[in-house]
Amino acid sequence: MNAKKLLGFAAFLLAVFVLVPLIIKATGRSDFYYTLTSVALLSVGAAGVWLTFYIGRINIGQGAYALVGGYVSTILVTQAGVSFWLTLPLAGLFCALISVLIGLPILRLRGVYFAMVTLVLTEVARLTALALPITNGAKGITSIPLPGEFSLFGITIIPAFGSLANPRFGFYIMAVVLMIITYLVLWRIVNSRLGHLCRSLQQNEELSASIGVNTAYLRVLAYAISSFFGGIAGAMFASIAQSIYPSSFVVADSVNFMLYCFLGGLGYVFGPMLGTLLLYFGWDLLSIAREYQLLIYSGIMILLMLVLPNGVLSLLDKKEGRA
Amino acid sequence: MEQIIANGLYLGAQYALIALGLTLIFSLMNVLNFAHGQMYVFGGFVTYTVVVQLGLPFIVGLFASAIVLAIMGAAIEKFLFAPVIRRSKRDESTMLLAAGIAFFLDAVILLAFGEKQRGVPKIVNGVFNWDMRIIMPYDRILIGVLAILLIVVFIGFMNYSRTGRAMRALAQDKMAAQLMGVNVARYSMIGFALGAMLAGLVGGLLVTITGVNLGMGGPTSVKAFLMIMIGGAGVISGAIAGGFILGMMESVGLTVLSAYGDITYLVIFATLMVFLAVRPQGLMGKPWG
Repeated sequence: MNAKKLLGFAAFLLAVFVLVPLIIKATGRSDFYYTLTSVALLSVGAAGVWLTFYIGRINIGQGAYALVGGYVSTILVTQAGVSFWLTLPLAGLFCALISVLIGLPILRLRGVYFAMVTLVLTEVARLTALALPITNGAKGITSIPLPGEFSLFGITIIPAFGSLANPRFGFYIMAVVLMIITYLVLWRIVNSRLGHLCRSLQQNEELSASIGVNTAYLRVLAYAISSFFGGIAGAMFASIAQSIYPSSFVVADSVNFMLYCFLGGLGYVFGPMLGTLLLYFGWDLLSIAREYQLLIYSGIMILLMLVLPNGVLSLLDKKEGRA
Repeated sequence: MEQIIANGLYLGAQYALIALGLTLIFSLMNVLNFAHGQMYVFGGFVTYTVVVQLGLPFIVGLFASAIVLAIMGAAIEKFLFAPVIRRSKRDESTMLLAAGIAFFLDAVILLAFGEKQRGVPKIVNGVFNWDMRIIMPYDRILIGVLAILLIVVFIGFMNYSRTGRAMRALAQDKMAAQLMGVNVARYSMIGFALGAMLAGLVGGLLVTITGVNLGMGGPTSVKAFLMIMIGGAGVISGAIAGGFILGMMESVGLTVLSAYGDITYLVIFATLMVFLAVRPQGLMGKPWG
């Protein structure tokens, strides 16, 4: 079983680092790099949303943390001159800190109430970005410098993006590496004691509290980790787009993060990754349909929901059931 | 001051009507209808088409909106929500469906009515002026009164008709209602149709004043969520209270806070967060929905 998993992981690595660049080179569609980079980053954010689902909360507020993360990183880079690589974890930590403050009261809510509050949170983030002087209002912050060199003990680990012949490819590699790390962390969390405790929260919060699980602490912790992912995804996005506006992440993005998780399947760690790929890449491919793009896209989404109400990965359930 | 209160009441009546539809659907089926704002916009466009393009009287347009949206709501419930609720493992799966429907309606509106802002000519002319203390156009007063009338009719319907009683029983306890012989599938469908119809009616009413455009759907949904959070989800009195409170806060905020820029909604959201921290179920909601 373990060898099988390792093999699958190796195949995945081979696919993203060798096969995808080869295919893109063969077809000459180098714009796919940008699409796939977005997929990778969005799935980092979706991983966070998935973790909040895992403790039984519907989180439609990931866009807020992505926006905050993007602004924190941007402001540190442009105004304090901090290296982008340092701001990446700082943006995540800042988001985690805010999420603890916000999460303490709102995580007491459940079900639809929590969902609606987080949805409103996205609006709050957008309006705050509009109102604060440091975020430069609706004009946003533009021409953010590309990430510089990252070296440790004099050895260059990541070269400066400005010097790369093909920065798109560089961003792709960076985003995919980030995605892989995120999902490894997520997988580790789910298969640890913490993950088991989270599952107990998902099933019955009162029951798990009654046998001595510190539910209040756990859900804040899970929410903070979730927001950390959202923050770094947003920071990377701002850096790739070299600009950030209050409208960079809006309610629709928050809803999309949630949809990626649903579509992939809530029972699987890699569900959000697949969901993001299908929805975002599908949307991109459908652009040939022009004005019918949204119609076809949403039609397929509704159909998928009718056929597979438990997510695409629920196909695996049936196979295991038969065997 | 009188002006602010009058504006607040007018806004509140509209908002309460939107929130009523959303809360009805939520209380019956535990579905958060993301497409509610889109249904509202759709209703507005139907009225616009009937009144402006076909040249029929406004009241016909309003009825057309109500009927079209009611049929649409019934169909959505019967063919989309009911099968998904039956087969999915988690209640929340309906959210994906609702969001999908919201996107779908957006696409349909775009293709059928275009992306332009549309409005209907004023139905009554003239401005009501009370000693310069309250100034309000007559059409706004008319729409506000119509909205309040609709709310009263709706409450009467829910309280005294057989259908209304059945729906209230369903909202209270699905299992018990079923055991008493209430046809759950049928009344869920009627409830959804009624909720959608209310959204369509508000759209039809407001198209005469603010007009409608494609982008209004999402923000309207968010506002409707706010209202039912203030009042408590799934409670009819809560939706009305939430609607009027939000309308009043918006009206006061726009006047008082205008000196500080566009921060009315920021303040409303922040207040709501604090309020929900103290009272998570809203003003009148049951704990944990």
